[in-house]
Order: sequence, then structure tokens, then C-alpha cells
Amino acid sequence: MALQSLDIKARSATTTPSPSVRGATTEVAKLIDISKCIGCKACQVACMEWNDLRDEIGHNVGVYDNPVDLTAQSWTVMRFSEVEVTPGRLEWLIRKDGCMHCADPGCLRACPSPGAIVQYANGIVDFHEENCIGCGYCITGCPFNIPRLSKKDGKAYKCTLCSDRVAVGLEPACVKTCPTGAIVFGAKEDMIHHAEERIADLKSRGFQNAGLYDPPGVGGTHVMYVLQHADRPELYHGLPKDPGISPLVSLWKGITKPLASLGLGLAVLAGFFHYVTAGPNEVEEDKEHTS
Amino acid sequence: MSAPLVPRYSPRDRANHWVIAISFILLAVSGLALFHPAFFFLSNLLGGGTWTRILHPFIGVVLMLSFAAFALRLAPDNRITAADREWKKHLPKILRNEPVTLPKIGKYNIGQKYLFWSLVVLIPLLFITGIVIWQPWFAPYFSVGLIRLAVLLHAAAAFLAILAIIIHIYSAIWTKGSIRAMTRGTVTAAWAKHHHPAWYEEVSRSR
Repeated sequence: MALQSLDIKARSATTTPSPSVRGATTEVAKLIDISKCIGCKACQVACMEWNDLRDEIGHNVGVYDNPVDLTAQSWTVMRFSEVEVTPGRLEWLIRKDGCMHCADPGCLRACPSPGAIVQYANGIVDFHEENCIGCGYCITGCPFNIPRLSKKDGKAYKCTLCSDRVAVGLEPACVKTCPTGAIVFGAKEDMIHHAEERIADLKSRGFQNAGLYDPPGVGGTHVMYVLQHADRPELYHGLPKDPGISPLVSLWKGITKPLASLGLGLAVLAGFFHYVTAGPNEVEEDKEHTS
Repeated sequence: MSAPLVPRYSPRDRANHWVIAISFILLAVSGLALFHPAFFFLSNLLGGGTWTRILHPFIGVVLMLSFAAFALRLAPDNRITAADREWKKHLPKILRNEPVTLPKIGKYNIGQKYLFWSLVVLIPLLFITGIVIWQPWFAPYFSVGLIRLAVLLHAAAAFLAILAIIIHIYSAIWTKGSIRAMTRGTVTAAWAKHHHPAWYEEVSRSR
């Protein structure tokens, strides 16, 4: 059990309260200003360094994305999109992809293993791999396609928002290293305020649809983006416009769980009480002898 | 003086039935462990959460294969007849152990037949949806949308199958003299005459 210095707001597959005596905790957030990102990938390197991750060296597939996808060893990846929002005017949108740390995390809701996924009071959603059983339900629950199962140990991994650093008052490694200040970290409230200033600036520079990406469908996120084209988030390598936990997942891990469990329990009880009231269905003794 | 006995299941049928039964119990227990936190302690049966995740699908393959063989053997005796429908009308009285004149039932009554056909639908459905969500071997080949549908269907089918098996086990306990059909292979003639008269006549004729 890591990081007991942080209060826990929610814990996977747990029906009793989690440790939460510490009182008011500030919700944190990482703000990624895409308009300031130059795609240097220093954040990817810092992430590898701090978390001791070394992904396999892959192959160039003709785009700048390297590695081409998130893996159990690559918890953040720069996604490069070349778009023409205004015809004839090429824009290179570079989005740092990784866990969004949803306020309503689909992974945590889907996880069947107690304590394999926790949500700290500060908003960070963290995987505790020692409790992970490798079922992949977190992947099924995630609206952003983030968690990855490791081929090495069969456990799921993703960005921790450097919960180990944040717990001792440091910013995440990617924030620390970003050379342009495109990634900032602090109280979520402050980050929203900072984003508003950035959006006002972008609007004054002609980006009329600039805005903050903090999708309400998942209760807001603890990783937010400043987008030049907030009206079309899908331009940014398919960032979902209105993400939410799939209704199939909600049904499966929502009402179905208690109702089905109750149903099975009642069936067993019905049998028991039928037996002790109506009695067994026996063939009479004398019938056995006359046959 | 011991009662005369009628053979009901061959050693092969019994072995097949119990391979299915053991697989089903292990699957139900390990599946429930991953379904609701209240049942997570059941994951200890297979050696913890990770072993539960690893073993559950392999046991599922054993169930599918053994059930397929069993179902093919039993299918001809499970066709629903007019006598079965007539028998069904008297079910409330039967359940209350009240005296009632019943039509002559063959090897299986309609409750047993419903169980049979439910499992014929549910077990392949569990198998197919189980393949779709089987980590790490097959799930990566399917889209997340399909996996989401599969997990829901898998849970729903499992609920119905477990419910059906609870009814099956209770019926065997409730109807005295039934369990020995699957443990010893025989039933008493009185049991056969009372519960499955048409089948008893058929067996008597052929002997």
C-alpha cells in the first residue's frame, strides 16, 4: 500500500469508507496548454526517468509520434495532428496524451479487485499494481483508452500524475521539465483561472473558439487542456468531444451488481424455505414395495 | 429386501455430468468473485485474484467442451411434448406436494427441459462473450465497444445460468431419490414410475 499520506476518496471494489480523516484537501490539476507545446517530448523523457520506465525501441512509422501508442512502459505520448481548420492554413496540433484523472473514473468503477485502483482526495487516480489481477476491466471502463496491460507482468499501468511526487509537495516530472511552460500544475481552481487567462490571450490572437477541456461527462478531469479549437476537440488526435462512462459499463457495474447478487441470494433462500415448509417430494414407501 | 432398480445414467454420462458440474461451480464461484466485491473473498478458492483471472477462462473451455458432448447426447430426450405442457399446468400443486393426476412424462419433465434448453443457449453465449473479454490472449483483437457489450452479456448470461443451476440443484435435493441417478446411475422403480412413467414403460419394454 503506497502513499498512505494521502486521503482516499474512492477505492475499487470496496463498499466501506476509505481512509479519509485528514479533512480539507485541495484538488490538484495539471493544465496542458496545447498552444504552447513545441512537441519536444521532454515530458516523455522526464516521465521515463522519474518512473524508471524504458520502453522497447520501436520503428518509425512515418509520423512524429514516438512511440506510436501508449504502452505499459510509456505513460505519456505526444500525439501530432496536422490539420487545416482554415483552408490553406496548416496547423500542427500536438497533444500530450495520457491519463486524464477523471473525477468519475471509469477504470475504478469497472475494476473488480479491491484497492487496485484508488482515487485520492486530491483527485489523482492511481493504480496499485500489487492488487491488480490483470483482467483488463479498467481498459473496458476507460473513456479515453489509457490503461495498458504489461506483457511482462500482466498488470495494468498508466500515468500516476506522479502521485509519489505530489504527495511530498512536488510537481509531476513532466511539469518540472517542460521547457516552454506548456504544462503547469497546481490547485485545480488556480489552473482553471490560469487557463482563462490563456484563453483570453488566444482569443485576442484570433483563436475565437479557444477554450478549456475539462469534460463534465466524467465529472471534470484533473488533467485539463487549453485547446485553440475547443469546439472541435476531435482535431487533437481524436480527443473525445463529450466523454463519459459507457452506458454498458454503467449498467454492468451499476445496478446489475446488487440486483443480480440479491436475485441469486433470494433464489437460494426460496429453495430452503420451500423445503422446510412444503417438505420434500418423496415417493411413498409402500409404492417401492408393491413395484 | 431392496427395491428394484432402473438404470438411468451410464458411467460415461455420470462422469460427463460431474465434469460439467465441477467446472460450473468453479466458474460460478470465480466469476462471482470478479462480479461483486461482496464475493471477492471467493477468489481465494482458485488461489487469489490473479489466479482467478488466469484460470477462469480455461475452466470455461472445459465446461464448453464437456457440455457440448453432454448436450448432444441429451437433446433427443428434451423435446417438449403435449404431455409436458399439460404437466406444467399442475406445477403449483406439485410444488405443494398435493395429490394430483399427472400425464405420463418421459425421461425428463418440462422443468428439466427448460433447464436443458436454457443452458444450451447460455453456455455457448458465455463461451463466446468470454473469448471476447479473455485477457491477454483474445481481448486485444476486439474493439472496446464490443468488449463492453460482451462483459455485460457475460454477466447477464452468468446470472441466468447460476439461477438455473440453483433451481436444478434444489430440484434434485427436493425430489428424493433423484441424486442417486447421477451418483450411482440408477433410480428405484417406484421413483421412475412416479416421476417419469412413460420413460419407465419404455425402459421396462426394452429390457
